[in-house]
Formats: sequence, structure tokens, C-alpha cells
Amino acid sequence: MKQVVFWGTRGSLPTAMTSHDIREKIVSALVTANGRSFRNRAAIDEFVDSLPFAVSSTFGGNSSCVEIVADCPEHIICDMGSGARPLGQAKIARFGVPNPQTYHIFVSHLHWDHLMGFPFFTPMYIPGNRIVIHGCHAQLEEAIRLQMRAPCFPVDYSQAGAKIEFDLMTPGKPHFICGLNVTPKLQLHAGDSYGYRFDSVDKSVVYSTDSEHKLDDIESFDEFIRFFDKADLVIFDAMYSLAEAASVKSDWGHSSNVVGVELCQAAAAKKLALFHHEPIHDDKQLSRLFAETRRLEQITRGERAPLEIVSAYDGLIVEL
Amino acid sequence: MNLPIREQSGVLIVEVGGRIDHSIAEEFTRALEPLLANCRQGQAPVLLDFSGVIYISSAGLRVLMMASRQAKAQQGSFAIAALTPLVQEVFTISRFNLIVPCYASVDAACKVLGK
Ligand SMILES: [Zn+2]
Ligand SMILES: [Zn+2]
Repeated sequence: MKQVVFWGTRGSLPTAMTSHDIREKIVSALVTANGRSFRNRAAIDEFVDSLPFAVSSTFGGNSSCVEIVADCPEHIICDMGSGARPLGQAKIARFGVPNPQTYHIFVSHLHWDHLMGFPFFTPMYIPGNRIVIHGCHAQLEEAIRLQMRAPCFPVDYSQAGAKIEFDLMTPGKPHFICGLNVTPKLQLHAGDSYGYRFDSVDKSVVYSTDSEHKLDDIESFDEFIRFFDKADLVIFDAMYSLAEAASVKSDWGHSSNVVGVELCQAAAAKKLALFHHEPIHDDKQLSRLFAETRRLEQITRGERAPLEIVSAYDGLIVEL
Repeated sequence: MNLPIREQSGVLIVEVGGRIDHSIAEEFTRALEPLLANCRQGQAPVLLDFSGVIYISSAGLRVLMMASRQAKAQQGSFAIAALTPLVQEVFTISRFNLIVPCYASVDAACKVLGK
């Protein structure tokens, strides 16, 4: 495995920035510039790069879609949230039409925010392409078809030009796909969700979203520590604060940055990507959570090797 | 788990120390049980002196939340005091500072809770 590309990182609902948000960023940047003038574009870029992430950039608003770039010509994708639209466009731009490609899509669960990008994933309309949808839910095919049917959507599922196959996987068992061992794991979430661990000869990536962790369930904690064991990257549902997840939003099916850090530390994982961001949070709040998570890792590290923390944003590429 | 207890201004002060992590959470719950049973209206408030705690994990924080809930249901008063700076940071990052009452020091807590 070479890299992981984040196409959609927002939880529950695609979330657009507002004019107010953009205006605040521009005002912040101008205040920092303090009347300075710039010789050329390069000088401007240098200044923009020096600004805090929440001013110069955005976490983005597409819902869950993550690509794993492996050493095989086939494509590996986790979930089909709205981030699947730009991903599909990028593949068409790169490989052209017709230029048959195979896409392996691993579906965590059947909630809308994880499937809604599929009807906008252009490669599915192009004959010659092959799409294999892997998952552990018995209703996987039914759910995919359901959202492409009147009155929900103007284009019927039968219009798909690509050859679409479904692969029902067995949780807890490694499946050999694209030169990788892919192991699904059952997670606590309404209607069940599944995490996926991808192991190549030398790298391991875990995609674990929409997964609640009960703080008194030590057995489950131990299971996840084994699931994350020494992973190079763990993509983790950090939607809520620990206090929210344990109190007012208990049983809502999501986790926190604190539990992400604890599990990754115990599993000796190398990198943790905070994922499935709460739609209510703006870039400033997400940046604050990111900084706090880094700080938490630092003060609880002890004798362990450092755990690198990233906060996933639409467009982020993590090299493995 | 040994929790030394003293009294100050009518407040039951419980000394907690060391690492409150997953491995000890259950034991911590059991050790608090008899104290919480009496943490009700008209009885002495229960204050955990956290000055000796060097680490707390999510499981430890949950024990505090459950304790605080039980006290509230019994109309008793339960709080934590004297968190070391690092443990205070964990409370802030986890937002548990918003759901469990925390005081800067035992004296400060006693001024509010005691008689
Ligand atoms: Zn979701
Ligand atoms: Zn969900």
C-alpha cells in the first residue's frame, strides 16, 4: 500500500461552507497580512501557507469516502459517501473513457451518508468498468438499489453501464483482494457497521468509522486493540467529545478523539486520522479538536513511541 | 483499591491516587460504592481529592460520571478537587469538566460544599 486519499471526511451529512465562513477567513487573513504587499504569486502562496489551517483552508464537507492506493491496478475505496463524486471524476480524468477499470468498494454500513455518492460515481455508468461492492450486511445489494429507484432518484439502478458485483464478506476472516488481506470487524452502531483492516506485506491500514465504544466494555476494547495492532494508519470515528459520547449522545453510534488515542496507543499504531467530523463543527472547532488531540497524545504518551495524529480533510493524502 | 477518607468542614474527603485506567476502573467503582450509597440529601457531600492522580483514562472518567449521576439522583453532592495540571487537561479535552463538578482545591470545594 502506498497512500491513503481522503475524498470525504464529514460525518452524517455533507456540509457546505457558508458565505459567512468564507468572509471570516478572508478577514482573518487580511488582518494577519496587516497591509503587507506581495511581489508575486509565490510570495502570496508563502504567506497563505503560513496561516493557520482554519484560515487558509477547510476540512471540507463531503461525507465518508476514502481511497487506498495499493500496488495493484485496481482501485480500493472505503464507503461511497458524497466524496465518491469527486473521486469518480478524478478517475475519469486520469484514465479516460473507455479504459476499463476495476473498483473495489468496501461498505462500512448502509446508512445514507455512506452510500449517497454511488449514484454520482460516474464510473458506474461506463460500460467496461467493473465494480465489486464488498460488505457484510445481508441487505447490501438491496440498499444500493433502493437509493437508485423512483421516487428517490431519477436514474434507475438498471441504467448502470458498469458490471456490478456484490461480495458478502465474513467478519473476522481475512479475504485476499488486490494483493491485500482484508478483514472486516463488527462494530457497535445502529443496524451494525463494519471496520476493515487492510494488510499488505509491509503496511496495515484500518478503516473504522461509525463505531461506538462503550467505556466499560473491556472485552470489546481488547478486541479493537487487536484489530488496530501496529497499524500504520487508523482512520477513526472521532465525531463527538468523550463526554458527549458517554452521556447525551450515548447509543448514537459514534466515538471520540480520546478513545481513538487510547486504542491506538494500546495497539502501538503509528498514525491516527480523526474522521467522520461532526457537521455542526466549523473549521475553527475542528482545528481546536485536532490540537487538543495532539496534546492528549503528548501528555499520555509515557514511554511509548509517539503516535502521530492527523485530522482528515477532503483532499488529504497520507503517504504510508 | 485503598481510598483514605478524612473530614473537613462537614465534607467527606476521599483521597484518590495513582493511575485510574481501564485495568482499575472496576475496582475504583467498587471502592466508591459504599461512599456513594450515603451520598444523598442531608448527608455529607463526597469530594474526591485528586491531587495524587497522575493519569485518568476514558474508563476512569466514566466511573466519575456514573458516580456523579448517582449522587444527583439521590440529591446528594459529589465533586472532584485538586486535579494536577495534566489531569485537568484530560478533563478539558474530554469535556468531562462540563459534566462532573471540579474545584481547583479541596479548600475551595469545602467553602462551597461544606458547612
Ligand atoms: Zn456515518
Ligand atoms: Zn451510520
